[in-house]
Amino acid sequence: MDDVNPTAAVPSDRTPDTPRDPMVVIDGVNKHFGDLHVLRDINLTVGKGEVVVVLGPSGSGKSTLCRAINRLETIESGTISIDGQALPEEGKPLAQLRADVGMVFQSFNLFAHKTIRDNVTLGPIKVRKKSKSDADRQATELLKRVGVEAQADKYPAQLSGGQQQRVAIARSLAMGPKVMLFDEPTSALDPEMVNEVLDVMVGLAKEGMTMIVVTHEMGFARKAADRVVFMADGQIVEVGTPQEFFTNPRSDRAKDFLGKILTH
Amino acid sequence: MGDILSKYDIFGAFWVTIQLSVLSAIGALVLGTIVAILRVSPVRILRLLGTSYVNVFRNTPLTLLMVFSILGLSFILGINLSQDLSRNAYLWAVVVLSVYHAAFVCEALRSGVNTVPAGQAEAARAIGLTFGQSLREVLLPQAFRGAVAPLGSVLIALIKNTTVAAVILGTSEAAGLLAKITENEGASLPTFFLFALGFVILTLPFGILFTHLSQRLAVKR
Repeated sequence: MDDVNPTAAVPSDRTPDTPRDPMVVIDGVNKHFGDLHVLRDINLTVGKGEVVVVLGPSGSGKSTLCRAINRLETIESGTISIDGQALPEEGKPLAQLRADVGMVFQSFNLFAHKTIRDNVTLGPIKVRKKSKSDADRQATELLKRVGVEAQADKYPAQLSGGQQQRVAIARSLAMGPKVMLFDEPTSALDPEMVNEVLDVMVGLAKEGMTMIVVTHEMGFARKAADRVVFMADGQIVEVGTPQEFFTNPRSDRAKDFLGKILTH
Repeated sequence: MGDILSKYDIFGAFWVTIQLSVLSAIGALVLGTIVAILRVSPVRILRLLGTSYVNVFRNTPLTLLMVFSILGLSFILGINLSQDLSRNAYLWAVVVLSVYHAAFVCEALRSGVNTVPAGQAEAARAIGLTFGQSLREVLLPQAFRGAVAPLGSVLIALIKNTTVAAVILGTSEAAGLLAKITENEGASLPTFFLFALGFVILTLPFGILFTHLSQRLAVKR
């Protein structure tokens, strides 16, 4: 236990003001990349309808944690469960579980050979077995909601980054997810496009979507997060409300981090 | 020249070449796709199977495989594809050409797969597509587009490699007939050029078509 950081003693699992049923439970998770211990004994419970923002310096393991939740990264020990169901091994059950977990990537990852509409309808048709007309109707609705309905017949490469990311959110929403994971959704965007994506995310948060958001957008964390999780060197260093975290961080690591990013 | 054209069925020989090419191309594409799927599958033993296939058939001379099919498989082991001798040789030629070029088709497809960013597969998995669905809906369609140019080269090579089948087919296809004409009538440059032109006519449109296709189908990123 030589890697215990004194600040890690902060309880990583504070009960929010109103108790919520757990949606995502991460229990004792560890992972290495070669010699690098990227996830050190991670414990975190995210309640239904809760918005958790994960902050931390580069290489702190926050993206890896996010990706581990739908098993795009495997873990070595510990368990992760979603809505009471432990993550299955590879195969059909895992695919079914992933259908319930929306994921938005830093690099959008829209299917490059499909139109915007087909990007949104692929999952509903192939996984949810919806009819083409139902899926199309739903896609039109979702694209309208994220403000890109006019682009429905274009291909991803013809859209701006901000538009592509909003389509990616619509694609995830089309599956009717129980929880949405955002892995640095605005990091690859030009500055003027960041807000159009964040606005959609804030809207989702207000509607009660369970969200885990890895980001560097402090404004979003303040505005939309129920809790902020601060990670450094593969561990959860501090967990608190945005108010607590930004005004009165307890750990030196967090003070240092905030000092570096908030002085500009 | 006109004498040779009337004495020998050159068009018939090229027709056999075309048949061999079309049938083997279909066989090679189907088999090559299967081997490519093995090579990118998440199961180690399947990947190993695919890799072995490619290493064996890509590194064995086609002539040797042709001869082995008739001498080894057909005559010694008695595996006949038809009771008729020339039909048997013809079918073996198609099988060998398919099996041999499937290794190259596999590698062309795999280079196509490598043009597809890893994020595409991750996004496919993240919306709940199974491995098979991700392949069918997301990876292979993009991989095929990225593989059009190298596949074109493989198909052109296949058309020209049908001439190797002469070792078991005798004189029924173009290269075999050329050898026969040379033997009977003496070597002549015009005859040689006539056959060369025949192959250019068969392959050149392919080259142009595939270059055009690879530009038109390219996935814009």
